[in-house]
Amino acid sequence: MISRFLVKVLLVKLLLVISLVWALPSYADDFTIGYLQLEKDPRYSKKQSFARYLLGSLGRPYAGAEVALKESKFHASGIGASFKLEQVKGKDTAALLASLKTMNAQGVQFFLLDLPADAINELATATKGQSLVLFNVSAREDRLRQAQCQAHLFHTIPNYAMLTDALAQYLVFRKWKEILVLSGQQPDDLELNQAFKRSAKRYGLDIDADRPFALGNDPRQRDQNNTSLLTANADYDVIFVADTKGEFARSLPYASVKPQLVVGAEGLAPVAWHWAWERHGAPQLENRFEAQADRPMRDADWAAWMAVKAIAEAVQRTQSRDFAVLSKHLQSEELVLDGFKGNRLNFRPWDHQLRQPLLLATHNWVVERAPLEGFLHQLNNLDALGFDQPETQCKF
Amino acid sequence: MHPLLVRQLTLAALILACTLPVYAKDTGYLFVSSEKDNHITVLDGKTYAVVKRIGTAARPRHLQFNPDHTQIYVAAGDGKAIDVIDVAKLELVDRIGEIDDPELFDLSPDGKTLYISLEDDGALGILDLDEYFAKREGKPDLTVAEAAPEGDTSEAEDDAADDDEKEGEAKEGETKEGESEEDEQLPGMTTVEVGEEPEGILVSPDGKIAYVTSEVANTVHVVDTASKEIKANIVVGNRPRRFALTPDQKELWVSNELSSSISILDPASQKLIETITFLPPGFRAEDVTPVGITLSKDGKTAIVALGRANHVAFVDVASRKVTHYVLVGKRAWNTTLNKDDSLLFVVNGLSDDLSIIDVASRKVLKSVPIARVPHTVLIDD
Repeated sequence: MISRFLVKVLLVKLLLVISLVWALPSYADDFTIGYLQLEKDPRYSKKQSFARYLLGSLGRPYAGAEVALKESKFHASGIGASFKLEQVKGKDTAALLASLKTMNAQGVQFFLLDLPADAINELATATKGQSLVLFNVSAREDRLRQAQCQAHLFHTIPNYAMLTDALAQYLVFRKWKEILVLSGQQPDDLELNQAFKRSAKRYGLDIDADRPFALGNDPRQRDQNNTSLLTANADYDVIFVADTKGEFARSLPYASVKPQLVVGAEGLAPVAWHWAWERHGAPQLENRFEAQADRPMRDADWAAWMAVKAIAEAVQRTQSRDFAVLSKHLQSEELVLDGFKGNRLNFRPWDHQLRQPLLLATHNWVVERAPLEGFLHQLNNLDALGFDQPETQCKF
Repeated sequence: MHPLLVRQLTLAALILACTLPVYAKDTGYLFVSSEKDNHITVLDGKTYAVVKRIGTAARPRHLQFNPDHTQIYVAAGDGKAIDVIDVAKLELVDRIGEIDDPELFDLSPDGKTLYISLEDDGALGILDLDEYFAKREGKPDLTVAEAAPEGDTSEAEDDAADDDEKEGEAKEGETKEGESEEDEQLPGMTTVEVGEEPEGILVSPDGKIAYVTSEVANTVHVVDTASKEIKANIVVGNRPRRFALTPDQKELWVSNELSSSISILDPASQKLIETITFLPPGFRAEDVTPVGITLSKDGKTAIVALGRANHVAFVDVASRKVTHYVLVGKRAWNTTLNKDDSLLFVVNGLSDDLSIIDVASRKVLKSVPIARVPHTVLIDD
């Protein structure tokens, strides 16, 4: 009996070893980067991308990661490896967490998360303290960099506070200081509105009125859905519209009582990337992306591209695939990333948000690049955008 | 007219023509390309007055003489061509096309092979000029591009061509870029796949090695020109841009635009031996973006244009020390020295002018307006 039991145990162990060895080769010469997304994500619905909202996306950002992979074919040659992407589409956060754990057990330690903020927070909380790094490539919510921040969660997409700071700099520069705020009532819209209020205070803008808008034609709600009524009886230079979805915002230009410009989600928007940016080699990256995806590049596409590039840069500079070495380099001020936006970029040590210039763009032109000339910071002018060290609420 | 008289007159005309100043060598002329005005400005080397503006294909950037200085090759990025200027006639005389977005190039020492960085293809193009001229179907149309309107990058005219390519590719499905273009390649052209966005190119004086930077891969590729294979990949700083080889050929200098530095490589061991970083007083590292490198003929001094920092740095090659920073115009990219190294010419891309520096005193003598977005300067002396 005993011997039979032993044989069984040995057999199981043998099988386990075989399966492990079997699983190993697929990761031995490859440096695999995980890419997690939801099967259904309302941010990428056909209706949403068809409308081409200024702050919206035109498709899944996976194409950005693919372009970066092509650009990185030499980066891992020093360690005798080549980069590979493994894309996982999960039906919910639980499924994605299970995939993440399986891949991590197989040696994958760097993951791009193309997920809404709540899903990112769940995954980051569940993997806290483990030897892995997560890159948020599409959630702009400030809370992920503040109360919900995690040491192993890096953000390549700029957050709301960075966007509104960039816009506020431009409004101050133009001396358009009286603002009418029209805000959606969805949690995201309120967060964007909150970020704008912080920027207004920081840069000395005056919010003349802050009014909620609502979509629809209900006559009982006309004070909230009629653009003429919404924009009457206030004194303003520009209208800031806090609308993360974009549907209301696009109806606002040319429909206000005063001929004042619209900024925020429509008109002039702060963005991480824009196809019309001509400097810093940007057209070359745009061309590579369009060849890959057959559409212009947007913020999340750029952020996914940047995340893969950050991993490749760490591998090339350290000539290592050791997790501790790589994650240390990613957090270091020595990290130099080329975002094709002029400045060298790296992650803020206090919340792991990528410092970066932002573009103030219309639908087909970039009007300015922020930080604007004259807006200085004692250490790094890029820290004039978003949460600077003294105001961070993040504690790792 | 009497036939003899005709012959004598012809002879006289010929003699006269030969003595005309336009046929003289070493004209002293300066040649400056303008990316947005699509021409080469020719300046008198003493008065710096404009002698002529030679129209080219769209977006002329890098310029280089052939070995005997009778011709200038011009990389016209948006015009998808390398134009040929006759130095004596100051005219556009030929065009090598279709080359997709050529930016920088170098010539083999015998002047028979062009090495071109093909930015959009991620490849080094090697063009055998004799084969190209022998096999091409007629001389291309030499139409020059109009000056671009304010804010225009002349990309509109490329759109139709791009769309055609895309349709073709879409049908073939997953065809690699390099493969589909193989068929339509120029006569005499071969390509070597390198990292994305190849930029700086330098051919060794014996013609055996071509060095190519990849801005995206942070790498210098060492390409064997005979076998057309990559022999080594040397990791340098971020966004490597231009090269300079010391006269003794013991050091290859590479500018790293995003690392504010120069990497010094040893061509023999193919290793990085030293890094020099630049920081003019009052600047932050992120604003210092080195691009152009020029070495003095004795190999003792290197001059590095610092891009956004609006300065050029003078470096003592032996001690690696920056001896002087000299303020020039906005976004200084490319530089050149005159024959006796007494004058330095610096092209300022964002102030549309040329700074002329007296090398002995390191003083800017003059700045001369050129045209919109000047790129490269050459001197014929």
